[in-house]
Amino acid sequence: MVDAQYFGDGLTTLNPSDLKGKLIAIEGTDGVGRSTHIEMLQEWLEVQGYGVITTGWTRSNLMSKTIEMAKEGNILDRWSFSLLYATDFADRLEHEIIPALRSGFIVLADRYIYTALARDFVRSGNRQWARDVFGFALVPDLVCYMRIDIETLVLRVIETKGMNYWESGMDLRLGSDLYDSFKKYQSLLIEEFDKMAKEFHFEVIDARQSPDEIQAVLRSKIQPLLTTSLQSNTLPSDHLIQPAPSG
Amino acid sequence: MSEPLPVSGHPHPYPGKLITVEGIDGSGKSTQLQLLHKWLESKGHRVFFTEWNSSELVKETTKRGKKNKSLTPTTFSLLHATDFASRQYHEILPPLKAGMIVLADRYMYTAFARDVVRGVSPEWIRKLYSFAITPDMAFYFKVPIETAISRLLGGTRGQFKFYEAGMDMNLNLDMTESFRIFQSSILAQYEKIVEEFQLITMDATKDIESQQSEMRRLVGEALKDYKPRRGTHGRRTIFWRRFDDPKSE
Repeated sequence: MVDAQYFGDGLTTLNPSDLKGKLIAIEGTDGVGRSTHIEMLQEWLEVQGYGVITTGWTRSNLMSKTIEMAKEGNILDRWSFSLLYATDFADRLEHEIIPALRSGFIVLADRYIYTALARDFVRSGNRQWARDVFGFALVPDLVCYMRIDIETLVLRVIETKGMNYWESGMDLRLGSDLYDSFKKYQSLLIEEFDKMAKEFHFEVIDARQSPDEIQAVLRSKIQPLLTTSLQSNTLPSDHLIQPAPSG
Repeated sequence: MSEPLPVSGHPHPYPGKLITVEGIDGSGKSTQLQLLHKWLESKGHRVFFTEWNSSELVKETTKRGKKNKSLTPTTFSLLHATDFASRQYHEILPPLKAGMIVLADRYMYTAFARDVVRGVSPEWIRKLYSFAITPDMAFYFKVPIETAISRLLGGTRGQFKFYEAGMDMNLNLDMTESFRIFQSSILAQYEKIVEEFQLITMDATKDIESQQSEMRRLVGEALKDYKPRRGTHGRRTIFWRRFDDPKSE
């Protein structure tokens, strides 16, 4: 990550240009098959000899229990909602993502800050604050956005795990029942993701294709990152000869 | 779910009043706020008290993080902001809308001073709290570091708290020395904050009674046009009686 940088006001203690690994974020609404594809990508990369770690939304040691508790209480206001996710993300960034990137791993992130930005925007109609909050996030080397239209998504979710309270944005009271609410909420999220796709140059992948086709596209998007990294590894570049990280 | 809040730095539109106190550990701010609370209640005001880092959800998490020693300046800061957001929504906003007086022991300025000393970006932390309601009055209890130390050691508490002394930052193995270094840096931050946010500086070296009478004078002046809320209890009884009458006939 030679050109690594922060999204906004970054961590004062860390210069991101020291990071050697690659950060790849897989975004998309619920039910597009992100985790399955991440598993397959990890396998594919490890077979080629790359070190890989995966990190997932709300999976931090510090916050996963807290977020569960908060959701059970259904008491979240917009600010606590985003700040809980930001704390979870910060914990994973500092304890998982940055150490892995420093050691040259490929980090596959199941969802990234764009999920939080979309959710906050749908709840507040304001983009700036959440972007400021997540200012300490590293800009990924690649964001793959698995895009699906709302009609296909609805069918897929009903056929698999069903609709739940939070994925339906029930706290927003957008519809009279779970189905109406799910449809409206997820449509708003998709709309915001589409806008961010342009603004932040996501690679948009049509998630209505077969799993094999999707996986092939994902690999083709990731491949160029690997090539550049291999090329730079063969050059006697300064940043390869570094003292071991002290922190 | 959420309505737009007034832009930070502007007065809030609610009928209630928000009064906050700031200062390092040992400045006596909590004592002063408690005495003000008594006085306001004796004047017939409805008062609500809220304290920094006190929401159950976040307190549990902070405790867990401290136990694992896994908290970083960023997560420490974000957890406090989450606590504040949750308290603003559940504890500060409703009484302000109801026209009550809200007293807050520590406010966002604590984060601006402490989290910056711990290493987060001063710009970032201000943006983080941009949703905070601007207090009607924000007091800063200014005290020299040596006075705070002698109060904490010789006074009611008799010792320092681990995090207040910045012991997690490995500044010094001696707790008093660590407290001196850490809290001195916080004092320096507070000096900037007083300017930036126009906090009311109180001379916290004076005795308790004279500080309190000064505080009461300032609050009394600020509340001149404020109508005390004695609650609507009495009126509500009459209101219901009107509905009850036909039934009893």
